[in-house]
Amino acid sequence: MASEVKNPAGSQDFPLIFERSVPGRRASTPPPAAAIDLAEYLGVENLRGQAPRLPEVSELDLVRHYSQLASRQFNIDANPYPLGSCTMKYNPKVNEEAARLFQDLHPHQDDSTTQGALELLYNLQSLLAEITGMDAITLQPAAGAHGELTGILIIRAYHETNGEGSSRRVVIVPDSAHGTNPATAAMAGYRVREVPTNSDGEVDLEALEETLGPEVAAVMLTNPNTLGLFESHILRISRLAHQAGAQLYYDGANLNAIVGRARPGDMGFDVVHLNLHKTFTTPHGGGGPGAGPVGVKAHLRGFLPIPIVTRTASGFVWDDGLPHSIGRVRSFYGNFGNLVRAYAYIRALGREGLRRVATMAVLNANYLRVKMQAAGYRVPFERLNMHEFVAQPPAGLHTIDIAKALLDYGLHPMTVYFPLVVKEAMMIEPTETESLETLERYAEALADIARRAANDPDFLGGAPYHTPVRRPDEVRAARHPVLRYRFDEKSG
Amino acid sequence: MQFTPHTVEDIERALAAIGIDSLEELFTDIPSELLDPPFDLPVGMDEVSLRRHLQELAAKNRTDGPNFLGGGAARHFLPAVTEHLAAQGAFVTAYTPYQPEVSQGILQATFEYQTMMAELTGLAVSNASMYDGASAVAEAALLAMRATRRNRVVVCTGVHPQSREVLQTYLTPLEAKLEQLPLDPLLTPTPTLSKETACLIVQNPNFLGYLEDMPRLAAAAHRVGALFIAVVDPLSLALLVPPGSYGADVAVGDGQTLGNPLNFGGPAFGFMTVTKPLLRQLPGRLVGQTIDRDGNRAFVLTLQAREQHIRRSKARSNICSNHQLTALMATINLAALGPTGLVEVATASIKAAHKLATRLAETGIRVVRDARFFNEFVIELSGDPQAFRRQLAEQGIHAGVPVPAEYGLGPAVLLAATELTPMRR
Repeated sequence: MASEVKNPAGSQDFPLIFERSVPGRRASTPPPAAAIDLAEYLGVENLRGQAPRLPEVSELDLVRHYSQLASRQFNIDANPYPLGSCTMKYNPKVNEEAARLFQDLHPHQDDSTTQGALELLYNLQSLLAEITGMDAITLQPAAGAHGELTGILIIRAYHETNGEGSSRRVVIVPDSAHGTNPATAAMAGYRVREVPTNSDGEVDLEALEETLGPEVAAVMLTNPNTLGLFESHILRISRLAHQAGAQLYYDGANLNAIVGRARPGDMGFDVVHLNLHKTFTTPHGGGGPGAGPVGVKAHLRGFLPIPIVTRTASGFVWDDGLPHSIGRVRSFYGNFGNLVRAYAYIRALGREGLRRVATMAVLNANYLRVKMQAAGYRVPFERLNMHEFVAQPPAGLHTIDIAKALLDYGLHPMTVYFPLVVKEAMMIEPTETESLETLERYAEALADIARRAANDPDFLGGAPYHTPVRRPDEVRAARHPVLRYRFDEKSG
Repeated sequence: MQFTPHTVEDIERALAAIGIDSLEELFTDIPSELLDPPFDLPVGMDEVSLRRHLQELAAKNRTDGPNFLGGGAARHFLPAVTEHLAAQGAFVTAYTPYQPEVSQGILQATFEYQTMMAELTGLAVSNASMYDGASAVAEAALLAMRATRRNRVVVCTGVHPQSREVLQTYLTPLEAKLEQLPLDPLLTPTPTLSKETACLIVQNPNFLGYLEDMPRLAAAAHRVGALFIAVVDPLSLALLVPPGSYGADVAVGDGQTLGNPLNFGGPAFGFMTVTKPLLRQLPGRLVGQTIDRDGNRAFVLTLQAREQHIRRSKARSNICSNHQLTALMATINLAALGPTGLVEVATASIKAAHKLATRLAETGIRVVRDARFFNEFVIELSGDPQAFRRQLAEQGIHAGVPVPAEYGLGPAVLLAATELTPMRR
């Protein structure tokens, strides 16, 4: 019988798969093969003394365990997740079916046997170029942050080629930028300079102009920005950056606000990265995998990672022929499974469908905003927002407590304490796939929380009350890291 | 197809609540010269048409027929139960577990994953996964540079060529020197390293399939105070001495062979495990165990001060996501196989590969057997490797990863076999 883990309070912990393990049990059986003398084949000095300690469970116990774990997990299929800048929209199931059609292709297969996959990728390259208004696309980066690194390295290579590699050592980001932006710049060897956000919620143009100079390699922006506000002076920003000899980088995290309605390429951006797991609904999977294709204007095409899919007279091929390429950023061709999903989505929606995505996303965000304002939540910027907005709790309440209280309503909290430029920030992006009723339910839950907090000062501090675990001690987790199960100690 | 629920009435109701008269007013912040350009995009498709289109594309691929392809990915047995459990909507459509109270599913599964990777590699700590083996190699080099405060990275050419390319890409913008140590001709010779060497990176089995003398190479690294980074096929660790036992400081690799479909090269996932002293240098997400306010065991993302959302430009890496879902699939697969099943898969793969090598040698093909191999080996050709692969493909056989010219073996290809490889021909 698997040992039961007891905690100091005496209640039962949900078992780890190792705690369900019983020596001699097994689930799946591979095809049978006769035993061989491993020492003879591999050399006795290369043999591991003891098999790795993996769980020994029956197939039913395996299914029970991971089915029960699934029931301990919020997810879009079951719960709304209006997380700002995450674009947690519905993940269409036909996209999963699409991915399965292509999942058995080996990356080293001869091109003659993969023409369907190559055609799909070629089409996707063209579609993403059109959607973003850029001239060339790489599908290789595995995530948004990976796309950022790719894009910044392209800019770096561009300046190197122009003899300005060692003089342009600075990247400018707004103070509202997502943490990956400065982290990416640092990984690419740059120093980071921040420009402030003005009282309208947009980049302070004067400060930007002052900060721009011959030492600046790039300006990284997202538009709309992380406050959900469109940088209305973007054309001016583009001119200023280019006059200073810098390149303009677009973080595509917020593309859902403008997809099918406006294009970063038209705004003057030289490099764009996309988050397919946001705008193009490839599933988040509990943290990944995503996919982060990058688009560039023609002057940067030669720096793209290789290989790129090209069309020739005899069919589609992988093209390595970019002599100034920054090189590979990942193995093989990218997160192909997700590229298929995004392709299916774009073809399903088409031009009008994509346009509707942006329009309804912005409609929903503004609707939720006015409902939350009616419930006493404050919004620092008195203007229409785009696909997301930042709010603050009613005076005296803390965002963290409200977030925890929401969990009891079956609603995932919004993004909390980001962007850093707003105190007690709540960043909210409902996306276009939620109904008005769901938005009303969210606002009503927030109203209810505010009411209960007003009547009972201890209520919020004790939330959540009905989740499988409640306010885990994160300080303890960091102070005394326990990062794996220990077979010899049978306790927590 | 479309997934927005809004009816005409919904839109009217929403506009009224917001206090505007038309949807167009929502976009007045966008300069008119930027708004609504003509998009040259196809019209949308209904589900039947979409399915037909995708099937037409899929029909232009071939995946049937015997498969002898390796070179960093391989077709292995994937039980139905693995794909079924990993495909649950609760795992697929979940977000990053920043709110632990409602994310114990993903958090606990990740803790299980971290445990399994630590077990397989024999090292103390695993992160929650990375994009792929290639980027994990690059991140390991960055880690070594931070930990040793040195900037010379030595990588053996036995490390997958694509991993070395990614490594080069990541090192180019930094004050770092990358040195490549060639195989001689199938295995890595003992290098002479210096006190400026941050790390020595060796792959086992190496790209050509042969088994390296890892203890000897680890000792060479440690003699100069450099870190030893082992790049390993995690499936091989069912049978081979784990990196922790021969003194590796870091183990990285690609997890596809632990239980992910081929997916035309991605996504699978990368893994990284390290010794305890290197914990604070580890990039990527980490799940830790703690207790909640009622004393129940609970899992949380931890040591987040290493990461971009806290440390921004001072983070260990810019990495934000991990490859949670594909790592989860491998975790489930490892539990489905158990230690016995994993050993069986590895053993059957070795047996199939060695039988293949013997059979081919009997037909007069020059099989390179001058060193021990795992489940992949080199055969020398008289003609062009790409043409060889093309000809076999025309006969419905997937085989022959070209060996790049840098290995100095003349025209040659890699052949691999697994427990699924039919051995009747």
